[in-house]
Amino acid sequence: MHPILKLVAQRLALSILLLLAASVLIFVGTTILPGDVAQSILGQAATPESLANLRKELGMDQPATTRYFNWLFGALQGDLGTALTNGRDIVESLGGRLKNTLFLAFWAAVVAVPLAIFLGLLAVRYRERWPDKLISAVTLASISIPEFLIGYLLMYFVGVKLGWAPTVSTIYDSMSLGEKLSAIALPVTVLTMVVLAHMMRMTRAAILNVMQSAYIETAELKGLTSFQVIARHAFPNAIAPVVNVVMLNLAYLVVGVVVVEVVFVYPGMGQYLVDHVAKRDVPVVQACGLIFAAVYIGLNMVADIVSILANPRLRHPK
Amino acid sequence: MKNELEYLSKRVADRKLSRRDFMGRASALGVSAAAASTMLSSAALAAGPKKGGTMKLGMMGGESTNTLDPAPAATQVPGMNLRLYGDQMVDVAADGSVEMRLAESVESTPDAKTWHFKVRQGVEFHNGKTVTSEDFLRTVERHANEDSKSGALGVLQGIKDMRAEGDTFTVEMENPTADLPYLMADWHLVVQPDGGFDNPNAGIGTGPYTIEVDEPGVRHAFKKNPNYWDDTRGHVDEVELLVINDNTARMSALQSGQVHMVNGVDPKVASLLNRAPNLEVRNVAGRAHYVFVMHGNTAPFDNKDLRLALKYAINREELVEKVLRGFGSVGNDMPINAAYPFFDDSFEQRMYDPEKAAEHYKASGHDGSPIVLHVSDAAFAGAVDAAQLFQQSAAAAGIPLEIKREPSDGYWSEVWNAKPFCASYWSGRPVQDQMYTTAYHSQADWNDTRFNNAEFDDLLIKARGELDPAKRKEMYSRMGHLVRDESGLIAPMFNDFVDGVSKQVVGYEDDPNGFLMYSWAPIKCWLDA
Amino acid sequence: MMRIPPAALIGLFFTGLYFFMAIFAPLIAPYPMTEIVGDVWEPSSAEHWLGTDNIGRDLLSRMIYGGRTTIFIATAATILSFTLGSILGFTAAVVGGWVDQLMSRFVDLIMSIPTLIFALVVLSVMPVTLFMLILVMGLLDSTRVYRLARAVAVDINVMDFVEAAKLRGEGRRWIIFREILPNALSPLVAEMGLRFIFAVLFVSTLSFLGLGVQPPNADWGGIVKENKDGIVYGISAALVPAVAIATLAISVNLVADWVLNRTTSLKGGRG
Repeated sequence: MHPILKLVAQRLALSILLLLAASVLIFVGTTILPGDVAQSILGQAATPESLANLRKELGMDQPATTRYFNWLFGALQGDLGTALTNGRDIVESLGGRLKNTLFLAFWAAVVAVPLAIFLGLLAVRYRERWPDKLISAVTLASISIPEFLIGYLLMYFVGVKLGWAPTVSTIYDSMSLGEKLSAIALPVTVLTMVVLAHMMRMTRAAILNVMQSAYIETAELKGLTSFQVIARHAFPNAIAPVVNVVMLNLAYLVVGVVVVEVVFVYPGMGQYLVDHVAKRDVPVVQACGLIFAAVYIGLNMVADIVSILANPRLRHPK
Repeated sequence: MKNELEYLSKRVADRKLSRRDFMGRASALGVSAAAASTMLSSAALAAGPKKGGTMKLGMMGGESTNTLDPAPAATQVPGMNLRLYGDQMVDVAADGSVEMRLAESVESTPDAKTWHFKVRQGVEFHNGKTVTSEDFLRTVERHANEDSKSGALGVLQGIKDMRAEGDTFTVEMENPTADLPYLMADWHLVVQPDGGFDNPNAGIGTGPYTIEVDEPGVRHAFKKNPNYWDDTRGHVDEVELLVINDNTARMSALQSGQVHMVNGVDPKVASLLNRAPNLEVRNVAGRAHYVFVMHGNTAPFDNKDLRLALKYAINREELVEKVLRGFGSVGNDMPINAAYPFFDDSFEQRMYDPEKAAEHYKASGHDGSPIVLHVSDAAFAGAVDAAQLFQQSAAAAGIPLEIKREPSDGYWSEVWNAKPFCASYWSGRPVQDQMYTTAYHSQADWNDTRFNNAEFDDLLIKARGELDPAKRKEMYSRMGHLVRDESGLIAPMFNDFVDGVSKQVVGYEDDPNGFLMYSWAPIKCWLDA
Repeated sequence: MMRIPPAALIGLFFTGLYFFMAIFAPLIAPYPMTEIVGDVWEPSSAEHWLGTDNIGRDLLSRMIYGGRTTIFIATAATILSFTLGSILGFTAAVVGGWVDQLMSRFVDLIMSIPTLIFALVVLSVMPVTLFMLILVMGLLDSTRVYRLARAVAVDINVMDFVEAAKLRGEGRRWIIFREILPNALSPLVAEMGLRFIFAVLFVSTLSFLGLGVQPPNADWGGIVKENKDGIVYGISAALVPAVAIATLAISVNLVADWVLNRTTSLKGGRG
């Protein structure tokens, strides 16, 4: 087997293993912790009979391992069970919402990634001068400002005061793509601002790292302009770390969406998860947790694989 | 000068002059913008309805579990859907009288026991079928059946026999029922083909609009029904209903012009919202009230002392001041106020009394664990604030309340009428009989206080047939006392309906029966381009 | 006495101010946290410096008590994550072998689920109390500290003075606490600043989502949630706590940066 294929296969297997382990963790986190789920769902209304009934409904009369494997095999066959609170099929309620969340994250990525890379390059080109300093100040600010503040500020100034973008991000199937994009303009902007800083800073670091190599010095000595050096020599070699950065941030995007969805009342997974955590609807929370973990682990795996493919040294491991 | 402006405003109404030009000329004539705007809207109203356009509504009170079935509809969005796609036999007009809709006339025998509803001729359902008395019969039959989980189940108690003969639908009551037309005006009783037995969710009715898109909890879209029988209504071509439960988002949607109307304006922001130049906040006082309901059959609320403790531990004046901010009045732990016929104004107003509350609390022997109050802003605008004020005033009486914030989505299906203590609202009913039967009769599906009082049930039936007004008033008064003192109802305030309406909308009139002109707004109003 | 750069000075000032207010909240706050003292959303005045909140409580008092809650939770969670993370990290580095493998893989596993999601999963079954919030955040965050502590300790563990101590026959406890800890302190302190910021933002986010501190108590995130309806009308009651969160985070960050620079220059760039 080609060493790359082998490496990729290894990563793949590792990710699947990790996902399995994560599923155990989520399951354990929701069922074996000392808190009594049935008690916390019923609260004050709990009577011994209603407790017993609910425990039975939750399958808690069976041993935990049986329940876990039932849940896992169900999940593998696309059956995530039914919601406790309204008895609806979870996969059915989740499908549209997952699509919406991915739609939002996708467009945020489309905006954020090229912008972050461009700004990262800019920061390297003008390092230690004002653009670089400005960028690092903005980075600092954006790590420190909670997402919901950015969201509400945009809603107030851009949405209400200037009227440039709709403040309600409801999207539905019969909308044209243009209408959808206009509807999600504000949440996309917030998400972009949130991930941009991280991505930019990590891109900058990755390229600076490459810039210290001997071949860059050679290129500089050849008399190339500094932008040429960066674009032709440094950037291609920095692709692997940059892709890594991008993937890590995409994973963050899928999660960061939770708060943004709540601010803009966007019908996605995040809102759905938060609602059901408040309702203590364990099966829904498990399902959402599993999906979020799968996306996160998946993107991390892609990052790993891309950096293997992009890195000549990893391509030919000694 | 005035004549010139009037002439100009008519030109605008006839679309011969742009709104902006008019405002410019008006200000040149030294007229304030507000006055000019008022002139414009009265001119637009005088010019009569304009056809066409898409009316967009942003509404609270919808969730992903909503269906088009009229029976279980409980909140604002499903209620609005019914208005748009359906009609009732009879309805209640803004002045409180009974209005004929699919029934052409209603007559009764002198003893008020037998009632005849005559069917309006030539009205068609969206599927082309003609409305018959059989459809009336089947509709009422379905709602009177417990399986339908109808909100009208309570008001349909006491029917002895029903039949459809020719163009007449006849109801025979066990007891005389003076207010039967009002009971039949319950907004759930939308006439469906064959009563909706085959498919209650089909969304087929006789209404001014046909449903095109049905995405529960997100959006409902409607198109004009070209065959609508009542050409005084249904002016716009399309109606779009966006479900926006979040207060902030709903208000900003109105402000930014994404929607033309919203319901449930939080009084806290009403004056701020009203400052926006392109819209108007409209409020109308009526019979609507905000409530905290305890299940009288569930511990710890099965203890009368505990219920009274909580009733004394709420500061009604403060709630009216802080939560309603002038858009409403103090309640007295019963669902009835002066807007109802036969109202007894001799009731003593229950006041906030921390000492009495503490006494009752002590007498109840409650173990001191926090009493959980489920609440969400979906219950009513400002509900979470109200709960916090309640928590505060109860704490002063030594009663620990724990506020459990619930998500908006699912509040009406999973919390209200399910959890033993929660916040809710009632929009009121035109007559006491209907209000009490809907929510306090022991058999009513919507008995959200689990009130079970034999004397009350008995009086309810007797009062229906009592033709002596003085005696009837006395009976209702007694029932009021029972609910106020015995039930699990805490009714701290009667709220106005507060809507936000864009200035593009013409024809908005106050209707004390409900929010957004008792849901008629998208049907009776039109858009002034 | 070394010169403190202005950025760090600003950071120190605000960090100090917030901590001071948190510690002495009952003495400083003009009104009790939950008492209703005025109308809804009054503008700032002599009696109410920051105005009043959504039901007429004094916003300044609420901010002070809310800051106390936020800072207390964040500090406690940071201390927990640090103690746990660094002890386990050092132990893994010093003991090595399967213990190291086991712990490191377990940490990888926990980190494979996004922190917020994991916290939400746990909070869906556990009662939301201060203790629980601290525990969840502290434990989840200790994974990050573990990684850093282990990496630093692995480097130090092979240095001469550690070898010398081992040859002297010192026990593992001695090596961890007397040899490694003092030398790993500076990167850990800087990291501590970042973890603290993370904890502040995290608890604010949870409360904003309605899953953190419950009413009538509130932390800064909760105050944002309570007052958010006013934002679109330019009511500042929701922006004040949000800005406080941001300034606290930035200040701590500035201080951490400065500490990091200072300590590394003192060490003569040990790497």
